[in-house]
Amino acid sequence: MMDGTKGFEDALTGEQKIRNFNINFGPQHPAAHGVLRLVLELDGEIVERCDPHIGLLHRGTEKLMESRTYLQNLPYFDRLDYVAPMNQEHAWCLAIEKLTGVVVPRRASLIRVLYSEIGRILSHLLNVTTQAMDVGALTPPLWGFEEREDLMIFYERACGARLHAAYFRPGGVHQDLPPALLDDIETWSHKFLSGFMVDIDELLTENRIFKQRNVDIGVVSTQDIQDWGFSGVMVRGSGMAWDLRRAQPYECYDEFDFQIPTGVNGDCYDRYLVRMEEMRQSTYIIQQAIAKLRAPEGQGDVLARGKITPPSRSAMKTDMESLIHHFKLYTEGFHVPAGEVYCAVEAPKGEFGVYLVADGTNKPYRAKLRAPGYLHLQAMDYLAKGHQLADVAAIIGTMDIVFGEVDR
Amino acid sequence: MSEQLNELGAYIEAKRPDCILGWDISFGELNMDVTQANLPGLVEFIKGDATCRFTSLVDITAVDYPGRAKRFDVIYHFLSMFQNQRIRLRVAAREEDMVPSIVDIHPSANWFEREVFDMFGILFAGHPDLRRLLTDYGFRGHPLRKDFPTTGYTEVRYDEVEKRVVYEPVSLVQEYRQFDFMSPWEGAEYILPGDEKPEAK
Repeated sequence: MMDGTKGFEDALTGEQKIRNFNINFGPQHPAAHGVLRLVLELDGEIVERCDPHIGLLHRGTEKLMESRTYLQNLPYFDRLDYVAPMNQEHAWCLAIEKLTGVVVPRRASLIRVLYSEIGRILSHLLNVTTQAMDVGALTPPLWGFEEREDLMIFYERACGARLHAAYFRPGGVHQDLPPALLDDIETWSHKFLSGFMVDIDELLTENRIFKQRNVDIGVVSTQDIQDWGFSGVMVRGSGMAWDLRRAQPYECYDEFDFQIPTGVNGDCYDRYLVRMEEMRQSTYIIQQAIAKLRAPEGQGDVLARGKITPPSRSAMKTDMESLIHHFKLYTEGFHVPAGEVYCAVEAPKGEFGVYLVADGTNKPYRAKLRAPGYLHLQAMDYLAKGHQLADVAAIIGTMDIVFGEVDR
Repeated sequence: MSEQLNELGAYIEAKRPDCILGWDISFGELNMDVTQANLPGLVEFIKGDATCRFTSLVDITAVDYPGRAKRFDVIYHFLSMFQNQRIRLRVAAREEDMVPSIVDIHPSANWFEREVFDMFGILFAGHPDLRRLLTDYGFRGHPLRKDFPTTGYTEVRYDEVEKRVVYEPVSLVQEYRQFDFMSPWEGAEYILPGDEKPEAK
């Protein structure tokens, strides 16, 4: 039989008998942004198939949450997306407040907006600069981490911890901000806009190597966004102005004046530009929030005093019931009425959501954490197919993957 | 907001009465109980229909209720970026049921269904690649089931003699602390030792 059903092996020379090459990318690869293992099938330098193996940082957060009280669960959220911890806490607090019907005082709400935007800048700073490092530039991360250091000091001055803040609490925020801190954040914001942002812009935006590595790489279409459930910058980079802060406003974002930047081509370079502009917009929100915090309407308590928040220290010294309340709150914890809610915030990486099933006790019956990076990484095979091996690093960088939230 | 959701719920029920067992709005969110067999049809309908356009899959997860005959609830969240609405679909499933997969309609369901299989052991019919996702290679059991202990069954360490990572049964020097906060005055269903009523003996 010479009809070709058996293949033409005899006609192939040794050089033509090439099979695809499988390589392991990670789990210990600096461009993998954590413990990601990719099994790549390569045809020469072209990626044919990409199978991400995740779960190397799986800590069973959702299981652990089922045996802890609502307040004890809050610090787990800092450990999800550890680049912008407070944004995650925010979703948890919103879910509890929705079930219990607690209204957050205005000052606490403003502080939450202020620190959510600081978190956004923290995350974008890390992402933009390390993505530049993945494609070959070493200076941006050095400069960017200097700014991150300043921001983490603001975290520290508000709550005492640089990373694992546990600052947003159900019913408000843990403590009030001192006026000097507001002054310092404002000074920093002006310096950031006129200094760092201009510098990094000059360094990267028109840089020939940076553009060659990012333009037309990892193009995301409007249809891809729907198919793969993208959110955040992955959506806005492709020209859809979808932002939960604007579309489904939570906290007091509806009274802030900010723009939602969008890209045109949906490639890595457009997403870089969107992130840069979002950092500027976040700085404007920070400045507005500071002005509102200084205004007379912005004064007052930072916790909705009631069953789910502790009493004031002075009340505890004189009032027996307050003392009992404090003791019960931090041992037994508060009870949340039965029901199920889904609460989402626009975290720096996209839509971070909490699906909370409460059964009326002091512990959640089930809590599901919906991380944006999980869906982005899932599309890795689809996006990387047909790209060069070196572009895989650029695509992982632009997706903004943090394994704390992907693996949970 | 709630009126729109009411209209939306009534609209979907009117269009696909065979799929929907019931629907309600609680905490400003639209919930629908869906029959297992009709799930892919309904998902396709709310994706394509112009009034719904729930084109983004937000999340798939499950909740374990060991006391029920249909032990699991598989929960689907959808988002419409065009109508700015969210919807939640609930499908009840027995332990041995094969829930129809929606990977063909939403490619993003792939990892979610793998995760639900990994964590709860629910099988999805028609899934192209139902491997474990988050747990260790070679892991046994389904951790998010309520009857799986929080400590797990095995622990790993690096063995200096064998020069490799070894798996051993969990040994705890102190019992894992699960505090019971229900006080006996608030209607706990057990009787504390030594607190039994004399006539019960």
